Amino acid sequence: MAAKIPRVPVREQDPQVRARNFEEVCLGYNAQEAMLEASRCLNCKNPRCVGACPVSVKIPQFIAQVASGDFDAAARIISEDSSLPSVCGRVCPQETQCEGSCILGIKGEPVAIGKLERFVADTSLAKGGVKVECAPANGHKVAVIGSGPAGLACAGDLAKMGYDVTIFEALHKPGGVLEYGIPEFRLPKEKIVAAEIASVKALGVKIEANVVAGRTVTVDSLLDSEGFSAVFIASGAGLPKFMGIPGENLNGVFSANEFLTRNNLMRAYDEEYLTPVYHGHKVVVVGGGNVAMDAARTALRLGAEVTVVYRRTENELPARKEEVHHAKEEGVVFAMLTNPVEILGTEKGWVNGIRCIRMELGEPDASGRRSPVPVEGSEFEIEADSVIMALGTSPNPMIARTTAGLATNRRGCIEADADGATSREGVFAGGDAVTGAATVILAMGAGRKAAAAIDRFLSEKDARSSRA
Amino acid sequence: MYKILTKEKLNPVVYRMCVEAPRLASSARPGQFLIVRTDEKGERIPLTISDYDVEKGTVTIVTQEIGASSRDICSLEAGEAFEDVVGPLGIPSDFVEKTAQELAGERFVFIAGGVGAAPVYPQAKWLHSLGVPVDVILGAKNSELLIYKDELAAVCDNLYVCTDDGSEGFKGLVTAMLENLVREQGKKYTRAVAIGPMIMMKFATRTAMSLSMPIVVSLNTLMVDGTGMCGACRVTVGGKTRFACVEGPEFDGSLVDFDEAMRRQGMYRAEEVEAHPHICKIGRGK
Repeated sequence: MAAKIPRVPVREQDPQVRARNFEEVCLGYNAQEAMLEASRCLNCKNPRCVGACPVSVKIPQFIAQVASGDFDAAARIISEDSSLPSVCGRVCPQETQCEGSCILGIKGEPVAIGKLERFVADTSLAKGGVKVECAPANGHKVAVIGSGPAGLACAGDLAKMGYDVTIFEALHKPGGVLEYGIPEFRLPKEKIVAAEIASVKALGVKIEANVVAGRTVTVDSLLDSEGFSAVFIASGAGLPKFMGIPGENLNGVFSANEFLTRNNLMRAYDEEYLTPVYHGHKVVVVGGGNVAMDAARTALRLGAEVTVVYRRTENELPARKEEVHHAKEEGVVFAMLTNPVEILGTEKGWVNGIRCIRMELGEPDASGRRSPVPVEGSEFEIEADSVIMALGTSPNPMIARTTAGLATNRRGCIEADADGATSREGVFAGGDAVTGAATVILAMGAGRKAAAAIDRFLSEKDARSSRA
Repeated sequence: MYKILTKEKLNPVVYRMCVEAPRLASSARPGQFLIVRTDEKGERIPLTISDYDVEKGTVTIVTQEIGASSRDICSLEAGEAFEDVVGPLGIPSDFVEKTAQELAGERFVFIAGGVGAAPVYPQAKWLHSLGVPVDVILGAKNSELLIYKDELAAVCDNLYVCTDDGSEGFKGLVTAMLENLVREQGKKYTRAVAIGPMIMMKFATRTAMSLSMPIVVSLNTLMVDGTGMCGACRVTVGGKTRFACVEGPEFDGSLVDFDEAMRRQGMYRAEEVEAHPHICKIGRGK
């Protein structure tokens, strides 16, 4: 019966209009739409959606409350497992997680779990958020390095357990990738990011900005001279990769990180802010992930014609389907099976084109994906006055290099077990710093696991010292 | 907020400020830099650290008005505050790791041009305090623009002042002074360190190489975050792309592609002038 109601479409800004502004693309459900969509949930006995959620949000329970119109109760249920629901409702890859395993999705469309989470969280945030009781202070200080999703999730959980938590953030604003990486039109900064961070601070978490771990302080100085009993490293994966092809240092070639940081963190798109951003008229974005989509759609909004080049086919694009769909609607051009071989420049050293080679899919590689191979003699040029490299990022080595005995792997990621414990006692790590670039929700999940592990570690230490 | 305790005008376009930043002061070393932001709407501007005082919890910065953002920095007064000051960033000068014994036999010559005099100061001071012989060549367009004369004189064995117009000291470029010291006066240096405008560092490197002298330069590239995230600061050193913010700012001058570095430094110049038609052009070069 319930399944007969079609998935309630979510309202969005018109593609033509939004391609010229930085306002949020998706407008979200109103109460009526949310209740109707919630009524589609079958409330499965064995909810597969919960198992597919990295932080195990009690999805059927919160949706049942939405269906009955008790949005506050729904918000309380979500807040038990997620500290950033307004963010997750927007940027989680629901299609491969909760919604990807929804029973309704087998024959039709899954329940719009992400949009419902967003509705519940936004409604609650507008009323000041869910009030959470913290356990009495237990006297332990824990330092968290990095205020992105992993750090915020870990800090929030520890504060609820009674720990005195300080987050150290290298940039001038907290939020990590939520602030510098994901654009305003996908994740509003003031309304959502700042508000969710405020609710973490309301738990008693202190955030100290402008502290670069590995430079301003070290893991050891935090443990030895500042009285912290444990440290959680959640410094993300911020180092941009380049291809190593000729012309990459020409003027007009940027890492997606630089382009996005100038626009997001520094608000270069807003004339009142002083940070400049070079915006070309013809921009080529290299890469196929969410970051490539964000860079392409940002360049578009700054007035450029944008082409995304990617070496495999559209089926292999690592970006979320929704992002690719949105980018296409807005007018981004996709050149698939295309790989850059050289960036071309003027005599004065400014980009004026990019030489690419056509690719075809060959045999499956170790990852199971068919690996692209160049088609000989198929080189061609695309005119461009700016090239943005969105090829992924790797963890910053600054902390590992300044922390004796902290093991890292070949890719520069900090080695940590499933609970976040590293090779150093009392030092935990999680999120992109451990996994390499991944998603907001996986980082949050790692932060929560580490919080539990830090609690066990310090409780056991207390028990040992009281026995002694 | 990071309070400005004192502010002095060192020449018509250069100001020195002592700023409260206790964490930064206690971890800063010669060769490192910091980033400031004047207010919510300001740019993140990298500046060299001219001095630091662990006891007082302060750092000293020297800024030249060369664009909208540096003018905003210079317009702040003592008693006011920066929205943000972050650092120390970059890797300290390599001699910081060495003991007086390990540095025995070294003879340093610093080549300081314009505001480059300010970051030379903590380096010369560090070495001088260890008893390492230090000479400093200090250059500016004219006498009025010279800064850090007395400060540098106090932390080196010999200070050689040069001005382009001869209004003070040796008339000519710092490179000519260096050649003169080595070729005419028979001075022997084991290492040169040049800090100043990119073009000066390029030619200082050329001169040092002709004198078979190793030379270190400190690159003032464009930066946004200063922590390795954006790559705006990338420079070609020895044929490889390096990030000046986390792998520098100091590099072996003989390996640096200065022409590329200068071109990249000018990336936003047209944009900046467009946004702020009243920008003071002093120090801008051409």
